[in-house]
Amino acid sequence: MNTWEFYSKILIPALNQGLWLSLLIIVPSAGLGIVIGVLAGAGRAAGPNWLKGLLDLYVSIFRGTPLVVQLTMWYYGLPSVSRFLGSLMAPLGLPDFTWKFLVFSPYVASVVAFTLCSGAYQSEYIRGAILSMKKGQFQAAKSLGFTNSQTFWYITAPVAIRRALHGCGNEIIYLIKYSSLALLVTIQELTGKSSALASYYFRPLECYLLTALYYLALVSLATFLLSWLEKKLHVPGLGQAKSL
Amino acid sequence: MTNQSSVLPFERPKAAQAETRPLMEARNITKYLGGKLILDQVSLSLNKGEFKVLIGPSGSGKSTLLQCLHFLLIPDKGDVLLEGKSAMDMSHKNICAFRQEIGMIFQDFNLFDHLTAKDNVAIALRKVKKWSKDQALSKARDELDKVGLADKAELYPAQLSGGQKQRVSIARAMAMEPKLMLLDEPTSALDPELIGEVLNVVANLAKGGMTMLMVTHQIGFARHLVHEINFMENGRVIESGHPESLLANPASRTAMFCARLSELTGNQ
Repeated sequence: MNTWEFYSKILIPALNQGLWLSLLIIVPSAGLGIVIGVLAGAGRAAGPNWLKGLLDLYVSIFRGTPLVVQLTMWYYGLPSVSRFLGSLMAPLGLPDFTWKFLVFSPYVASVVAFTLCSGAYQSEYIRGAILSMKKGQFQAAKSLGFTNSQTFWYITAPVAIRRALHGCGNEIIYLIKYSSLALLVTIQELTGKSSALASYYFRPLECYLLTALYYLALVSLATFLLSWLEKKLHVPGLGQAKSL
Repeated sequence: MTNQSSVLPFERPKAAQAETRPLMEARNITKYLGGKLILDQVSLSLNKGEFKVLIGPSGSGKSTLLQCLHFLLIPDKGDVLLEGKSAMDMSHKNICAFRQEIGMIFQDFNLFDHLTAKDNVAIALRKVKKWSKDQALSKARDELDKVGLADKAELYPAQLSGGQKQRVSIARAMAMEPKLMLLDEPTSALDPELIGEVLNVVANLAKGGMTMLMVTHQIGFARHLVHEINFMENGRVIESGHPESLLANPASRTAMFCARLSELTGNQ
């Protein structure tokens, strides 16, 4: 098989399959990560103390441990927990399957791991954006009779979203690349496919180089979408450094 | 005289005398901030149509008093009454309704940075008063027109001058049709040449019979327009009276303070 055939018949079709799987992981993880980030960030910035404590604990665990460890726990670790809990239930006559929901498929394990890790980081950007709000904005809203929740939705959120956009976009770009860790839980996504082909055909350079280009293309697309969003949400005087 | 006095070619409106009770009344308000006594049993009342000013050295509690009257800060002791109804011990919802009745103008404008001038004026009408978008925007245009900014409706705060921002914030407060206005040094963050345009708008409100309490150091403006000067020091109102009588008496604390102010600024 000549080099051209290897590319067109084997490598590229395989990487395209892998790309599809990668997207199936990245898109929901990024979306759910943002949702968790907004909720956790708002809770940490403005919630009651017990909630702040709880969310701080979440963030410190998911930001403070390696993602590889988290991912393998979700996939390889949880079944043991399920078995253990099942064994506790058995003498009580409760059916064993109660705890089966803790046994994740590789796909679910990856999306859960990436979502929770991404959400922890996102919450930090959102929290920072909320805390950077000028006090006067809240005073003005109060003085016009806004309730606390109206103030959050109509005054804080629109400004915080714009301020957090760069950080959140950055996190999504990280996510695109750390989605490659899914190969550790047997998913044949972009990197998984490529590493399998590289060792089977002994062509590491081509396989990994082309894979890198695929990621570069994904990240470029994300960057393009983010800057489009940034332009669309642009408000003079917001989200840009004051010129000195 | 200052250049501001030239914007006042009209008689001081008479405040309503027949009202049996004041529109707003503060009774013995005490407020601590950070463990420090800021307001020490301050009492004050405003009748409908009255225009009063608060002056005094910085740190005397003027801004804190305005914020307590508006319940942006909750007084520790005392009572705030609007049309005879006490505002103490209200639910969050009722405090929000109470605040709608009172307009507040801040020293640094506090416009919503992410909204155009017209949306700044319209947003509370839409979200708090639940008006339709069209209704709110048409009211916003009317109010912007009244402060001379009809042509700036589409601009964002960052694109407006300080004087224009403050006029938008006055339009925003007036759109809610408040029963009275509290103005917290509306001109002290402005360049001198922009002060006149804002004072003009305030003078127009006074002319229209708006009940107002203003913290200001623009004595030249105040003495010709207001019904009463209240002088605050160390958290208390220590002098109050008609501007001419207070300022005419060189021994009054107010007159001494104003003389010192004009020495510093070269005004008057």
